[in-house]
Amino acid sequence: MIASKYSVSRLIASKLKGLSPTRGAEYFAIIGFLIISSIILMAILAPLIAPYNPIKKTGELLESPNHKFILGTDGLGRDILSRIIYGARIAICVTFLAISFSLSCGVLLGLLSGYIGGKLDSIFSLVMDAVYSFPGLILAIVLAAMLGPGIVNTAIAIAVIYTPTYFRIVRGLVLSLKESLFVEAARAIGAKDRTILFRYISPNVLSSVPIVLSLNAADAVLTLAALSFLGLGLPAPTPDWGFDLKAGHAYLASRIWWPSTFPGLMIVLLTLGFSLFGEGISEMLNPELGR
Amino acid sequence: MKNLLEVKNLKVYYYIREGVVKAVDQVSFSIKKGETVGLVGESGSGKSTLGLSILKLVPSPGRIAGGELFFDGKDLAKLDNKQMRKLRGRWISMVFQDPMTSLNPLMRVGDHLTETIKAHEKVTHKQAEEKALSLLDNVGISSERFRDYPHQFSGGMRQRVGIALAIALNPNLVIADEFTSSLDVIVQSQILNLMKKLKKSHNVGMILISHDISLVSEIADKIALMYAGQIFEFAETNAFFEEHLHPYSEGLLSSVPNIKLSDQNLSYIPGMPPDLIHPLKGCRFYPRCSYATKICREKEPPLAEIKTGHLVKCFRYD
Repeated sequence: MIASKYSVSRLIASKLKGLSPTRGAEYFAIIGFLIISSIILMAILAPLIAPYNPIKKTGELLESPNHKFILGTDGLGRDILSRIIYGARIAICVTFLAISFSLSCGVLLGLLSGYIGGKLDSIFSLVMDAVYSFPGLILAIVLAAMLGPGIVNTAIAIAVIYTPTYFRIVRGLVLSLKESLFVEAARAIGAKDRTILFRYISPNVLSSVPIVLSLNAADAVLTLAALSFLGLGLPAPTPDWGFDLKAGHAYLASRIWWPSTFPGLMIVLLTLGFSLFGEGISEMLNPELGR
Repeated sequence: MKNLLEVKNLKVYYYIREGVVKAVDQVSFSIKKGETVGLVGESGSGKSTLGLSILKLVPSPGRIAGGELFFDGKDLAKLDNKQMRKLRGRWISMVFQDPMTSLNPLMRVGDHLTETIKAHEKVTHKQAEEKALSLLDNVGISSERFRDYPHQFSGGMRQRVGIALAIALNPNLVIADEFTSSLDVIVQSQILNLMKKLKKSHNVGMILISHDISLVSEIADKIALMYAGQIFEFAETNAFFEEHLHPYSEGLLSSVPNIKLSDQNLSYIPGMPPDLIHPLKGCRFYPRCSYATKICREKEPPLAEIKTGHLVKCFRYD
């Protein structure tokens, strides 16, 4: 069972090197990868490629898409294309912060909890299960409201929901690896607990984390959008897809579709990118699905 | 000569829901420096548990429930975890049954050795690496394989690495638990020869745990035969094969097929090993023993010295 996970990184490397997809799963992974990387690129290069300042009034209110404003302007006369491009920064930034918070907390606590066991394990597991039992979005809303707006605060609110996922996976693997022969062998030649945990157990655990990471990232994009939509994300003038979707949503009844459609499409696109990448990779790495 | 390891009335029990499994019960024996003892017995006779208890590594819910362990005159019960950890690998080390899973799959073979050396000795990385290379050379693995991962090795080669790891710090005692069981016969004999060579060159004491009595007899100086958590017979290897005194030994050896007799019926010992949660009051072997008498049912025979250096746990020789 464990053997299939040993060579994850090598498998990914060889798959990406070949880049000659033969199965659907490989197309998924590559398309997902392309979507994610182009949005990241867009976020990095925002000041260069955005035609206007995203938080200044640059045109008439609610101009429909035309040659000057390719995607039109919003209710305050700001260029939607520029806001979308800058919005990518927020989306990518918060998603990655949230994922890395939850990843580091979940993995570290899972390692310790599984390895040390006993009371500590019971307490950690109880807390994590309690968090896990909440509907994710509700918990995020409560936390975001408590912590207030801001990139880091929003990221923390989102991170808390995903921490138990990593905790559970890592703890489970540690529990089984702890009993494995090579760990016993390490103990029999006098290895310290620290060595066993960080040199023997954690490398074997970490290889199963990346897939979960990608799928969680997809979820985190949606959660961020939902928080912003509800006004619990970032403070007002910041270009943010979820917030713009909400702002544009008011004009939909008057057949002014562009202020809400484009931010919404971006949310869908980034989510799709992460999901495709995650699903593709996990299917490529699953030996049971056959060649 | 001073005893390297002395085990006195050792009891190792597993505390499970159904009761207490007396996996090792009142076992006593000793090993001199450089001596090899073959610990032989069927599955579930407690031989592996005995091996692990010497390193104080009996897995939970097992515990050393009584008795004493002296290594080089030191009482192991008095050592705390940290002292035990320093003892493991440096003074007593272990070779495991399954070489396929006893190495960390994500750690290079050379790193296994260098890290073990560095954990116990104050040496630079360079020195540790040199020592690791010479160790690998010692067990017949070329230096080119130093940076390979365990999955690039065959079972026999991995067991060689396991042995190199066990002798890396020149321990005085190596416990080898079924160290050839998962290898084919040719590799078995290679590994056995390697062990013989190391035994001579390092003057290391060994406990070879095995169910294969003929294999162990190739290398062991003494044989300890275990049954139901107790040692039934303990003798020099030659003496044991010339004259096995316990009825169990007799049954066991007559069930080994003889290559010269083609159409013999393989004999076996009738019955099953006893339940170790509720062991029998008397001798644990009496229900299967063809010599059993009334006293066997009522009293447990002592492990008595019948001849010089030949101990048997049976009433027949009283």
